[in-house]
This record gives sequence, structure tokens and C-alpha cells, in this order.
Amino acid sequence: MKIAISASSPSLDSEVNPRFGRCDMFIIADPKSIDFEVVDNAGESAGGGAGISTAQMIAQKNVEVVITGNCGPNAHRVLSSAGIEIITGAEGTVRQVIEDYNNGKLSSSSGPNVSDHFGMGGGGGHCRGKGKAN
Amino acid sequence: MIISVASGKGGTGKTMVSTSLAASIKNNYNVQLLDADVEEPNSHIFLKPVFETSHAVSINVPVVNEDRCNHCGKCAEVCAFNAIAVVKDFVLTFPELCHGCGACSYLCPRRAINEAPNQIGTVETGKAGSISFVQGKLDIGQTMPTPVVRKVKELTSREHISIIDASPGTSCPVIAAIKDSDFCLLVTEPTPFGLNDLKLAVETVKQMGIPCGLILNRAGVGDSRVEEYCQKENIPILLTIPLDLNIARLYSKGTTLAEGLPQWQENFKEVFRKIREITGERNSST
Repeated sequence: MKIAISASSPSLDSEVNPRFGRCDMFIIADPKSIDFEVVDNAGESAGGGAGISTAQMIAQKNVEVVITGNCGPNAHRVLSSAGIEIITGAEGTVRQVIEDYNNGKLSSSSGPNVSDHFGMGGGGGHCRGKGKAN
Repeated sequence: MIISVASGKGGTGKTMVSTSLAASIKNNYNVQLLDADVEEPNSHIFLKPVFETSHAVSINVPVVNEDRCNHCGKCAEVCAFNAIAVVKDFVLTFPELCHGCGACSYLCPRRAINEAPNQIGTVETGKAGSISFVQGKLDIGQTMPTPVVRKVKELTSREHISIIDASPGTSCPVIAAIKDSDFCLLVTEPTPFGLNDLKLAVETVKQMGIPCGLILNRAGVGDSRVEEYCQKENIPILLTIPLDLNIARLYSKGTTLAEGLPQWQENFKEVFRKIREITGERNSST
């Protein structure tokens, strides 16, 4: 099986990136063998709907579990539709998180744990008059 | 003639200027005021129109016919706004992100996507005494003001002096609001923030080929850098409104400057005369 963990750098020692839709990259790993691949997240720079595009990309990778810090409603809807289990609130290194997962210390979340635009920085995504592409 | 009122920075006095200008010239001209600040239209507070009509503004969003869809993913691939996603055997649509461009429906190889209207706001019209009044209102929770602004603009009357109250900033809703105007009044305050955003607004109107002039509001609050910039860029300062407690009080009560301090009517009439001069000069020289 494959699990995807949002990460900030391409190694198992990377900190878990707290953002799902706008994280830098994912480490997609087999939790038993710890074999992994790194997938860049094109959604990071999306104008809008980053969570949707990232979730779709992850779904195409045949991932069964996503582990991240925060996951908003749109990404949650896409991942759930793809039958992917979502674990939020993860912290620490990717290596640690995989270990915790293997030891059954992580539990899945049934709904989004943050509102939309949470990961856009500045405490909100509504940039009135700041060049939002409409 | 169409005069748009923009600012760059928010809260500099666009609505006060729009409504006071309208109220100052209404006895001499047929005046129309269009409130295109559809995220928070507030000209109505000052002009107190009686509304006569209200029309829904909708954009077309995709509706997927699951019987025809084979989940090829083309729609999601062509959507520039991530408003449609295909995962496994599901097509998910996000109408609040859709810009209504129709690409998904047009490019679907199986013709499995129809479009259906999704209301995002309203356009209301009415009368405020002799002033024809139009305002757009984006529905709560909607994120795309521009289509509502466009609908407001469709009601611009060439038989009137049309004054368009735009939203702050220089993004799409502002572009839509000031497009095709004969003149753009830029309202700013003499602060570093006012100046920074004024520069963006000036670059915008220049690029759009719209002549502009400045109204300096709350003069005395900051420094002289806005005036120096205007001098350097050859932007006429058409009116200076001081930082004044009486003016602030009137504003907080929803009274135009033209009504609350009638001596200001002459100042706004003068602004209008200067605008006519500038646009007239421009037309004759081109």
C-alpha cells in the first residue's frame, strides 16, 4: 500500500508540511518497507482550488492514506470521493509519522479540520483588491 | 459621458466623491449613478434610492450527465480554476470556483457536460430623486464579483452623465468597472499607503487609455508625497478635501457632502467642469 505525507523537503527527515493543498511536495511511501518516492506539488502555486487539484493528483497516484497537518473542505471532498483515508494534525518528521502510523498511533479524520483558504497565509485567503485573478 | 471613480487604496472616499458629485450636478444634468462596488455597495446609504427592479445575475456552471461520462478527466484538465475534479468514477464540481467559461462543456469528448445557471448576485435599479440609480450586489458566500460588475455596466446609459463607483484595488472587478469610461477620478489620501496604491491605479488607467485626475481626500493627514507624485506624472489634482471632523460626521450619518455642506456643491461642479475640459481637449486632439 501507499501513503502520502505532505512534506517540505525531499527526505524522510523532512518536517511534515502543515498544509495539504499548498505543500511543497509529497513523500509517497510504503509504510512497511519505507521505500518512497517524492512528488512535487503543482497545486502549490494554483491561483485557486489548490486543494482540489492537489487531491486529484494524489488520487491518481493510487494512494490509500493521506497524512498532513490541515485539510480543507474541498480537498477533503475529493480525497473522500476517491476513497482515500485522511489523517490530519500530523507533526514531526515524515519518518516519525510513518512510524506512528505503523504503530496505530494516528487516527483518521471524518471531516475537514480547517476552513477553505486556510493554507494561503496571512490568516485568510480573501485578498480584496490585491490582484486576485477573476 | 461616463466618469468612473476608483482609488487603489480602500476607504479613501470613492463613495463620498461619487455620491457628492452626483448630488451636485443633478439639477443641471441627467445623472445616473452605478454602484459597481458589488462586494459592499454603499452608495445607496447616501442617495437613498427607491428601488424598482431587481434581477438575478447568474453564471453558467457545469452539470455532468453521469450516463454519458466515462471519467476521462478532460474537463478537470482544461479547467483553469480547479472547479471540476475527476477521481475514480466521480466527477466533482465546485460551482463557487467556476468562472463560467464553458471550456469543460465545450471540450468534453462525450458531450456529457451541460451548463446550468447558478445565481451569484443581483442588479437593482431605482430612482434617487432625479438620479437614476443602479447597484450590483454579490450574494453572500460568492467569490466572483466581476460578472455582477459587468451586468451593472450593461445598464450604463449614454443619455446620462454616468458616475460609476468602483471597488478598491486594481484587480478584475475594478478593471470591469472602469473599462470604457471617458474619465477616471482617482480618490486618495496623502499617506504612504494611499500613494502606493495610487501608483498602481494610475498605471492601470494609463494602460487602459483612460484620462484621469485626482481628488485628494483627508488632506493634512499625511505628507506631500502624493502631490509631488501627481506633479511629476502630470496628473491634475481636481479637488482637495481636508481632514475635517464635520465632513467625517456627515459621512457617518450617510449624508453627502453636497447636501450636508452645500457650499461643496460648487467645488464638485468645478470638478465636473474640469473633467469636461480635459476630456474635451483629449477628444479634439485625437
